[in-house]
Amino acid sequence: MKFKRVTLFAGHYGSGKTNIAVNYAIAMRKAGLPVSIADLDIVNPYFRTKDSADRLAEAGIRLISSQFANSNVDTPALPGEIYAITDDRSTYAVMDVGGDDRGALALGRYAPAIVEENAYEMLFVVNAYRPLTRTPAEAFEVMREVEAAGKIPFTAIVNNSNVGRDTTADDVLQTVPFMEELSRLTGLPVKMTTVREDLREGLSRRIDNLFPLTLQKKYTWT
Amino acid sequence: MSGPYGTMAEKVLMKGNEAIAEAAILAGCRHYFGYPITPQTEVAAYMAKRMPKIGGTFLQAESEIAAINMVMGVASTGRRTMTSSSSPGISLKAEGLSYLAGCDLPALVVNVERGGPGLGGIQPSQSDYFQATRGAAHGDFRMIVLAPASVQEMADLTMHGFDLADKYRMTSMILADGTMGQMMEPVSLEAPEVKTYDKSWAVTGTDCKRPHNIVNSLYLVPEDLERTNFERYERYRTIEENEVMYEEFMMEDAEICIAAFGVAARVSKNAIMAARAEGIKVGMIRPITLWPFPKAAFKKAAEHVNTFVSVELSMGQMIEDVRLATECARPVVLCNRAGGMIPSPEEVLQRIKEVNGGMTK
Repeated sequence: MKFKRVTLFAGHYGSGKTNIAVNYAIAMRKAGLPVSIADLDIVNPYFRTKDSADRLAEAGIRLISSQFANSNVDTPALPGEIYAITDDRSTYAVMDVGGDDRGALALGRYAPAIVEENAYEMLFVVNAYRPLTRTPAEAFEVMREVEAAGKIPFTAIVNNSNVGRDTTADDVLQTVPFMEELSRLTGLPVKMTTVREDLREGLSRRIDNLFPLTLQKKYTWT
Repeated sequence: MSGPYGTMAEKVLMKGNEAIAEAAILAGCRHYFGYPITPQTEVAAYMAKRMPKIGGTFLQAESEIAAINMVMGVASTGRRTMTSSSSPGISLKAEGLSYLAGCDLPALVVNVERGGPGLGGIQPSQSDYFQATRGAAHGDFRMIVLAPASVQEMADLTMHGFDLADKYRMTSMILADGTMGQMMEPVSLEAPEVKTYDKSWAVTGTDCKRPHNIVNSLYLVPEDLERTNFERYERYRTIEENEVMYEEFMMEDAEICIAAFGVAARVSKNAIMAARAEGIKVGMIRPITLWPFPKAAFKKAAEHVNTFVSVELSMGQMIEDVRLATECARPVVLCNRAGGMIPSPEEVLQRIKEVNGGMTK
């Protein structure tokens, strides 16, 4: 896989952005690149990049998130350290953007520098099983709202379609026509289809560009 | 919600908060009033997207107090309406809850609980049990309190809650912890069958053809006010007889009975399976209606159970109802975490083992 200097993940809330961003950063690091990951989500404090702090540290990835994340200070503030991503062009970076247009709003202040440098990928994460992106037309609507708020045009689609822990290979296969239609509507390619590690083998000859995910589990019970 | 993409159409992965919102819409609710607060904000966010598309009303009020009073306004017209919040926001709605009861108005109120007291935290909790089942606000009144333990139940109990509210002219509350609001699970959603309820009391305009209706909770004549209280409690008795819901899990031969609802029941099931694997005879009664409380089920269980364990995300609130229901015939012990922490299956298993070893405190 070829990596751009800055990769951004954005989309509908609950589409799986944070899990994908963490896994993607680890893949970049494994390819030998110096990697930072920035948590730009100031909308939903429940699920955060910082939940994977141990895994990221172990992989040698620099985590840039609010010093207040997972703390007692309820301040939706972003750290100045995020500018290191746009200022230091020798490093690679993954940016985990907050959900929907409201979440993407925080991206606006970094957009001019990112667009000007033009070494980025802006990826639209979509799960066709999520309620407000149930048709390609609905997903396209969300995509345009996010783009308008974040001020960076999307460059590709990430198919993260799943129905949670009981997802089957067939559930993923069913969404291929959906993504082809979304691709036609938007004029953007499907960069990759993200699947749980154990589904990879069964799908390997049926879907191109599979990207396996190790999931960060918040709960230990079923 | 169907699409042309094969079996994909039958599956949808929802957050509990979204499931509540969509289920409310399917149940015919077209008027939602709310105010954001973690961990329930997705209810409002979802309504904001969906309501304008189906000719409904979404309104972010200036405060929780305003929202509940808007609910009272719409409820007066006999239309299905709701509000949602999380613990501190529900406290703000207290006055409105009492007025809804005093006016005998049907409404659905959702509390996706977070840790308290005060502003507390944003992580899941069940510490508003007393508030929901005992004294949400001033005056003699009850609310029907429904406690979902899955995203599917968030949807199903929302629909059921609207029916019960209309049937008995009172508030149904969904009492869910933050986990239920935030977790994602596949859901199957179908519009419920349309039932009709007597709405002859609704304030909808008389067209000069009937005497006007009055929706009011002010009775300055004590005899009249007493009459409304006795009538209301007569209705509550009917509810206690007919609307109790609970789930029994491995109770047939149980010597230890766990009492747990919501996420605590999910965790407890894991612990019960582990304990059973070690030969410990443990089961669970999971109240689905917290009011009316499944008293009879617990009383019956006390005939063959040695000890009850109340597993809660609070300092021990439902435990009082278990003691009342069993008339203290058996020891009832607590297994709890608080402040936004969730007991782990291992912690519950440990408590089961202690009780199995004879501990009764």
